[in-house]
Amino acid sequence: MAIFSVNGSRICGIAAAVPKEKEHNLDYERLTEAEKKLLIKTIGISTRHIAPPGITTADLCQQAAEKLIDTLKWDKNEIDLLIFVSQSPDHFLPASAVILQHKLGLPKTTAALDIMLGCSGYVYGLSVISSLLSTGGFKKAILLAGDISTHGITRTDKSTWPLFGDAGTATAIEFNSTSKTFFNLQSDGSGANAIIIPDGGLRNPISEKTFVNEEAEKGIIRHRRNLWLNGLDVFNFSVREAPVNIRTLMEYAEVPEEQIDYFIFHQANLLMNETIRKKLKLPVEKVPYSLGAFGNTSSASIPLTIVSQLNQMTLTPKKLLLSGFGVGLSWASAILDTEKIICPEVLYI
Amino acid sequence: MEDITLFISKIEGEIDGIVPGSLKPETHFREIPEWSSMHALVLMALSETEYDVTLTGEDLRKCGTVQEIYNLISSRT
Repeated sequence: MAIFSVNGSRICGIAAAVPKEKEHNLDYERLTEAEKKLLIKTIGISTRHIAPPGITTADLCQQAAEKLIDTLKWDKNEIDLLIFVSQSPDHFLPASAVILQHKLGLPKTTAALDIMLGCSGYVYGLSVISSLLSTGGFKKAILLAGDISTHGITRTDKSTWPLFGDAGTATAIEFNSTSKTFFNLQSDGSGANAIIIPDGGLRNPISEKTFVNEEAEKGIIRHRRNLWLNGLDVFNFSVREAPVNIRTLMEYAEVPEEQIDYFIFHQANLLMNETIRKKLKLPVEKVPYSLGAFGNTSSASIPLTIVSQLNQMTLTPKKLLLSGFGVGLSWASAILDTEKIICPEVLYI
Repeated sequence: MEDITLFISKIEGEIDGIVPGSLKPETHFREIPEWSSMHALVLMALSETEYDVTLTGEDLRKCGTVQEIYNLISSRT
């Protein structure tokens, strides 16, 4: 079982950047008025920020990282680890983290790597950084997490278009010998088809069939380079697995619900997250949401929620439980103590 | 599990647009005006939170009426 604790890392700050361009789901022409109202009430997503062509996830993460490093007054020469978590990298190769090492002006002594995960990616990224920091060989690290999910969705698919928003985040983490973080990481590739972009990789290379639009269901017209989402399967998976993963971690860490200040979930959709919250019997005020204004922002959703919803609350010590669940299928939770997390205002690029 | 009348009233409370009292055990839920996959999610969430019973998309595909959904959930409680 991938359930463990790590000594030695502390989050110092988090920054988030989203594109200025915004779309309101009330303006989505492929839904009836009743469907729009039901969507906003049930799924909870009103607006989403959508990157224009030319803006990449790496660009958003870079802006967030620059702001964060500047705010924290970190010396870039002291940053020795950079991890980029995304499923929308700049290129197949090289890794975006390596390109960003250069663009951010970090020294050549910085270790840089990509992690290709979505909804669970922030927690997975934290686990890798925490583990490396715990060796004592690294002192300061930046975790970049985000996605331009809208590159893979199309207006003609009403099952995905109103859900996803674009965002990039940066989290500054430093070695701290006294802190302890708990993780529970899981995966189930049998559910790979629940959220998938079928073509474009080596399994299904781009072909003449790739960009042929097909009507999968009424209101769902898409091609094989678009994101295909089976919402019912993802719902079943999330409400079945996330609560168990979280409960198991709390028992392992011997941390009861009363001791945790906030449960910050991946922002999938309101109905799904509320079902998880109710199954865990968590009070509403402990479960913040950012999806109303930003939609599902993939691996950026947990840090974006902290920045946009908790902000000043993070200036005093807190115990947080973070949980991401989705594409893969992959899911992961963490329990961590914070002292003072500096969060600049969300950047609109 | 509670009787079907209470079950129906909970569905009516969760799904907008249904006139209270209009839903019957024999109602084919897909014939509810504006029925969509979002309504299916609402039913699945209701089953999870109220009865701790998981309903899958496949389960719903096999059901035609409100009574059939009720029977399915009852059989798993």
